[in-house]
Amino acid sequence: MITRRGFLVGSAGVLALSAASACGGVGGSTGGGGKGAGKGDAGSLSTQGFGKPDDVGQARIDAFKSAYPNVRVNLNEGDFDAQQFLSAVASGNPPDLVYLDRDLVGTYAAKGAIQPLDDRIARAGIDTGAYRPTALKEVTVDGKVYGIPEFYNTRNILVNGKALKDAGLSLADVSTTDWNKLHSSAAKLYKASGGKISRIGFDPKVPEFLPLWAKANGADLVNADGSPNLDDPKIIEALTYALSLIDEQGGWSKFKAFRDTWDLFGAGNEFKKDQVGAFIWEGWLVNVLVQSSPDIDLQSTPFTDRQGRPISFENGSAWCLPKGAKNPAAALNWMKVMTSTDTWLKAAAAREATVQKNKSIFTGLFTANPAADQQIKANYVKPGRTGFDTAIQNYYASTEFAFAIAPSKAGNEIKTAWQDAVNRALSGQQKPDAAMKQAQSEAGKAFSAVK
Amino acid sequence: MAISILTAPRRGARGRVRPKRNRQETRAAYGFIGLWIVGFVVFTLGPMIASLVLSFTDYNAIDSPKNVGAENYRQLLHDPKVAKALGNTLIYAVMYVPTAMAVALGLALILNRVGRASGFFRTVFYLPVMTPPVAAGALFLLLLNGQQGLLNRVLRLAGIVGPSWTTDTAWVKPGLAITMLWGVGGMVVIYLAALRQVPKDLYEAAALDGAGAWMRFRRVTLPMISGALFFTLIVQTIYALQMFDQAYTMFFGAQENSTYSNDAALFYIIYLFQEAFQFLHMGYASALAWLLFLIIMIITVVQVRVSRRFVYYEGERD
Repeated sequence: MITRRGFLVGSAGVLALSAASACGGVGGSTGGGGKGAGKGDAGSLSTQGFGKPDDVGQARIDAFKSAYPNVRVNLNEGDFDAQQFLSAVASGNPPDLVYLDRDLVGTYAAKGAIQPLDDRIARAGIDTGAYRPTALKEVTVDGKVYGIPEFYNTRNILVNGKALKDAGLSLADVSTTDWNKLHSSAAKLYKASGGKISRIGFDPKVPEFLPLWAKANGADLVNADGSPNLDDPKIIEALTYALSLIDEQGGWSKFKAFRDTWDLFGAGNEFKKDQVGAFIWEGWLVNVLVQSSPDIDLQSTPFTDRQGRPISFENGSAWCLPKGAKNPAAALNWMKVMTSTDTWLKAAAAREATVQKNKSIFTGLFTANPAADQQIKANYVKPGRTGFDTAIQNYYASTEFAFAIAPSKAGNEIKTAWQDAVNRALSGQQKPDAAMKQAQSEAGKAFSAVK
Repeated sequence: MAISILTAPRRGARGRVRPKRNRQETRAAYGFIGLWIVGFVVFTLGPMIASLVLSFTDYNAIDSPKNVGAENYRQLLHDPKVAKALGNTLIYAVMYVPTAMAVALGLALILNRVGRASGFFRTVFYLPVMTPPVAAGALFLLLLNGQQGLLNRVLRLAGIVGPSWTTDTAWVKPGLAITMLWGVGGMVVIYLAALRQVPKDLYEAAALDGAGAWMRFRRVTLPMISGALFFTLIVQTIYALQMFDQAYTMFFGAQENSTYSNDAALFYIIYLFQEAFQFLHMGYASALAWLLFLIIMIITVVQVRVSRRFVYYEGERD
C-alpha cells in the first residue's frame, strides 16, 4: 500500500532528480582527444543537420562508406535545428557531427557547443590550404578553426530577357553601379494595375542581401574584430536606397505579398510567368530554372559596387564537431572525405548522370574547394544554352571575389538585430536610420556580453 | 478530483473507522492516478521548478548555470522587446478569444438544429483540429496572401479591396486570428454538448411567457451554457497567450520567411523561444516563462472572480 508519507518521499525524490538533471549542464564528457585519438575507421558516426541528401550528397556519403566500411553512419535527415542540437549537447548525447550555416559557427563556438578542430585537423591530415580563404575565415574564431567549409554560394543578378526587351532596356540598365539609373530601370520593368502587381521590376532582396548593398556602398556590417557596425551612415544610405526601390514598386506589403505567390521551383516560375524583371539570387537557382523552364530567356550580370567593380556575397555550410562527440576521429575523417577533391568529382559525376537522364545541362557545383570547382567545371560544364551559360560563368567568376560577413562570437545576435531592423524599416515601423541605430545598440550589447 | 482523494480523511464525517472496502477503493484510486502523478511530477512540476531555479541564473545550456540573483527579472523590466511581445500577445488574445467563442457558438447553434446529420457535420467541424498547426500556418499563408489569396478574391467579389493580411503590420494579428478560427471545432463540440443539456421545458415555459427567439437565447440558452462558455474562455485565453506554432511558421520559422521576421507577429512565446534556442539565454528565457505564468495566473484569477456573477452551475443555486 502506498502511504501518504511514502508517496511524498517518492515524489520529492523524483522532483529532486528531475530538477538536478535539468540544472546540471553538460558536465562529464567533453569528447577530449584521448579516446578520439584513434584512427576513426570503426564505430558509429551520427550527424545532425545534413538534411535529405540529393544525388550530390548521396554520392559523397557513398564515398565515405566506401573509404570507411566499418563506420556505421547514422544520418539524421532533418535540417539543422538549434533546439534539437542544443538539447542533444546539453543532455550529454550529442551527434558526432553537426552540419550548420557558417554564420552560426561564431555563436556556437563562443558558447562552447562546438569544439576547435586545429589539433584534430593536423592529425586527420586535412589541408586547410585546400579551402577558399573566405570560407575558412568564416569558421575561424579567435584564431581557431571550428569547422570544415563545404558549399560556397555566391550572388549575382539574374534577369528576365523578355521583360528587358518589353521595357526597351539592356543588361547595362540593371547594373547596380549607377543607383539612379537602376531606380529608373526598376520603374520601367515594374508592372501593376488596379493595385495588383503583375511584375516586380528589380528585387533588391533585402533584408538577406543587405551585406551586398552595404559593401557596394563601401561598408561592412561586421568589423574584422567581430563587433557590429550596423549604424554606419553608408549602410543606412544603402538600406534607404533599397527601400526606395521597393517603395517605387508598390511598397513592401504588396511587393512581398506578390513575391510570395511565385512558384520558385515549378514550371510556372517567375521567369516563365513574366513576374520579375531582375533580382539578385544564389547560383542554385540556375540549376532549378534549367530543369523547370529551359526555354526562358535568362540573362545575368554581376552585382557591382558603385565604382563598377564586381562584388558578391558568399555563405554556405560547414561540418563541425559538437562538444562531447563520441567518435571525433571518424568525424574528422568524414569532414575530410566529404570535402576532398576526389569526392567532389564523384559527386559531380553523379550530378552529370542525373543531368543526362533529365536531358538537361550541368550548371556547376560551387564548393569551398577551388581545385574541385575548377576540375568539375572543366569536365562537366559545357556550352548549351547561351543565357544559362553566361549565368553559370558569372557564378564561377564570383567565387573568386566574393566576400563573407566577418565571424563574430555574437554573430547570431548581430544577424538577428540587422535583419529585424531592415524588417522594421520595410514595414514602415521605423525609418532606416532609427532602425539601424536600434540594431547597433542591441547587437553591441550582445557583443559586449560575449567579448 | 485527485486532490480530494489524496486529502480524504482516514475517518468518516462522524468519526467512524473507514471500512475495508473504502481502503481498497483508495488503493485502486492511487493505482489509477499514480502514473499520471509520476508523469506530472517528472514532466511538468520538475521542469517548472528547474526553470524557476534557472531563472535566477546565467545559463547557456552548455555550461553549468551561474547564479545572477534577480538580474534576469531586472532585465525583463528594461527589455523593450518584452513590452512589444506582451502587447502583441494581449492584443491578439483580445481579438481572437471573443471572436472564436462567438463563431464556435454560432456553429454549435446551427448544428443543434441540424438533427439527423449533426454527427456528420460535428466530425467535419472537428477535422481541422486534427490538422498539424504548421500545415495550417503554411496553408493560411496562401489563403491570406494580399495579392492573390482566396480570402481577398472573395472580398473582391463583394467589391472590397482586401488588405495585405500577411505583410501589412496593421493586419498581421487579425490575419492570425482568422487563421486560428480554423481550429474552433473543439469548442463547437463542447458548446453543442452544453446546448443539448438545456432542458426543453425551459424553452417551452419561456415561449408560453411570450419570449421571442432572441429573448430565449439570452435568458435561457446563455445562462444554461455559461459553465461551458466560462471553461472555454479560460482555456482559450491561456491558449491565445501561448500563441506560437502558427505565428512562428508564418512569420519566423519557414525557410523562405526565416529572414522576414515581423515585429507585429512577435508573440511572447516566440520571443522566449528566440532567447532560449537562438541566443542560448536559457536563464533569461526561464524568467520570461515565469513572467508569463504570473500574467496568466492573474488573468485567470480575475476571470474566475468576475465569472461568479455570470456563470450558472446547476445545483449550486435555486
